[in-house]
Amino acid sequence: MSAANELLAIENLSVGFHTYRGDIKAVRGMSLTVGQGEILGIVGESGCGKSVTAQAVMGLLPKENSFIAGGRIVFRGQDITGADEAQLRQLRGREVAMIFQDPMTSLNPVLTIGYQMTEGIMLHKGVSHEEARQEAIALLDRVGIRSAKERMGAYPHEFSGGMRQRVMIAMALICRPKLLFADEPTTALDVTIQAQILKLLGELRQEYGMSIVLISHDLGVIASICDRVEVMYAGSVAEVGTAKEIFFENGHPYTQGLLRSLPRLDADRREPLPVIAGQPPDLSLDIQGCSFLPRCPYAMKVCRDVRPEAVPLGENHTVWCWRAYREQQEQGEVSARG
Amino acid sequence: MLNYLIKRIGNSIIVLWVVMTVTFLLMHSIPGGPFTAEKSLPPAVRANIEARYKLNDPLLTQYKDYLSNAVRGDLGPSFKYVGRSVNDIIAESFPVSLELGVESIIIALLVGVPAGVLAAYRRNSWPDRAVNLLTTVGVAVPGFVLAALLVEVFAMKLGWLPAAMWNSWASRVLPAVALAAMPMAFITRLTRSSMLDVLGQDYIRTAKAKGLSTGAVLFRHALPNALIPVVTYLGPMAAGILTGSFVIETIFAIPGLGSYFVTSIYNRDYTVILGITLFYSAIVIFMNMLVDLIYPLLDPRIKLGERED
Repeated sequence: MSAANELLAIENLSVGFHTYRGDIKAVRGMSLTVGQGEILGIVGESGCGKSVTAQAVMGLLPKENSFIAGGRIVFRGQDITGADEAQLRQLRGREVAMIFQDPMTSLNPVLTIGYQMTEGIMLHKGVSHEEARQEAIALLDRVGIRSAKERMGAYPHEFSGGMRQRVMIAMALICRPKLLFADEPTTALDVTIQAQILKLLGELRQEYGMSIVLISHDLGVIASICDRVEVMYAGSVAEVGTAKEIFFENGHPYTQGLLRSLPRLDADRREPLPVIAGQPPDLSLDIQGCSFLPRCPYAMKVCRDVRPEAVPLGENHTVWCWRAYREQQEQGEVSARG
Repeated sequence: MLNYLIKRIGNSIIVLWVVMTVTFLLMHSIPGGPFTAEKSLPPAVRANIEARYKLNDPLLTQYKDYLSNAVRGDLGPSFKYVGRSVNDIIAESFPVSLELGVESIIIALLVGVPAGVLAAYRRNSWPDRAVNLLTTVGVAVPGFVLAALLVEVFAMKLGWLPAAMWNSWASRVLPAVALAAMPMAFITRLTRSSMLDVLGQDYIRTAKAKGLSTGAVLFRHALPNALIPVVTYLGPMAAGILTGSFVIETIFAIPGLGSYFVTSIYNRDYTVILGITLFYSAIVIFMNMLVDLIYPLLDPRIKLGERED
């Protein structure tokens, strides 16, 4: 991807939290790029640092106990790592918006939908109350809220879960942000609603020409709308590539393990569902080699001592794995001999 | 809404009747009476007085008489203050207690709520610790100690404010502050803990993600949610403060209701005890009803009388 097309670049980001048990290094050398109009999926199991990465970009991590230990966050060519509150407030809502996992708790129960919809645009764009109202009604209508005008005066508890997530999306989009973080946007919803919300996000990306970072632990969600996918493990990237590459030409044992442990309709029902044995590493400890080592069926000696390097498998496809490195070396030797 | 109110008022009347009956029985079961004195009266005089106040009637008759008068709004004559009815006493002294109480509640709210918000927003910082220390002192130090201290400093040493009486604007300051200290400390602590809870909610993160200012996040998004427990506390607290404080009123020589309440018990002034107890109960009931009516304004999820339908 060319740098000109790049909207967001995270380079080697590390984020930690102070706790009574010592520092937790939740994100360890995470990198990603998001192109204009692109949907990037970030997939990984709970606690691997997906949400922390997104919240670090937004500056939403709790100030009392979190810290950025290293790396850079560059948004539209501007370094926003450790930007102050005033700078971040200019960015939040206006340039970068976010929708959250649980629409039941992410809307303020004591304020009307209309108020919560319009306060952002009135603040950022300086529009009048009436203009903001019209815009909010139009957007609610667009995301599929019926009789949006009447519903502006309603409170969150008067909406169903799926409808609230639609409200959340409309609220996030009201200032036409360039980038939308969707942090597990469908996890709290049932499956039919899930599909509708994902379809809506895909459509809105086209209409508004925005980029989306879709965070999920669910490969099915990721597969349905993402252009590129980044697989995260223990705070850093394991593999990145186009959706097709990640699902069909993957090179990391963790990616393969994740895909194998998806339930399949055509599988033999008497067979237990394959799982990745073991637990993710304790993130309060330093990891010298590959973080996936204890769970990896192909672990080698080098995996214990040295952190894997990036191994390019294609134009957009990179994997951080010594096994892939060795295979590539061997192939290189074979082709050199042949 | 109207149904709800009618039902609440009906319940209140039953509660008041129970309060009255229990107080009546307790009052007559304690030894002594309004005309028991160290120097005993001649039996004939005493019988005369008791006949005058109908104290020699059977207890049930006395109870029936009192009840029927009370229902008509007549709380009877005072036994101790000759020529004054309980209605007079309440009408004279309640406005004083009410004014002092309202001033104290305003002080407690104006200081307590912002202090609690500040402490929660800057938790574990020095303002938070300072608030924590002061509220602990506020809860622990009894009103009479604080009142004495205030008088010593502001009236005696500095001479800025009068030490007692109830006449000028300045005479209100010290008693109002002394009376406000305890509820202020409670309100601060309640606001702080409630704000801390609310600030950790997902919708606060949503508000921050919109790029709102700290003020908008704290006061528009967090505070209305955090005030619900404060309002709950405010009901009974206000009832207690509005009906007067014996300690503060005695120290500052304020002619309020609180001092009557306590002295009437020593005097066995049956009608005053009963009358003020009933009046106090009515205010507690009214305040709680007011609080319940305020809830739906704070939290749209709460609907009055929802369980009935």
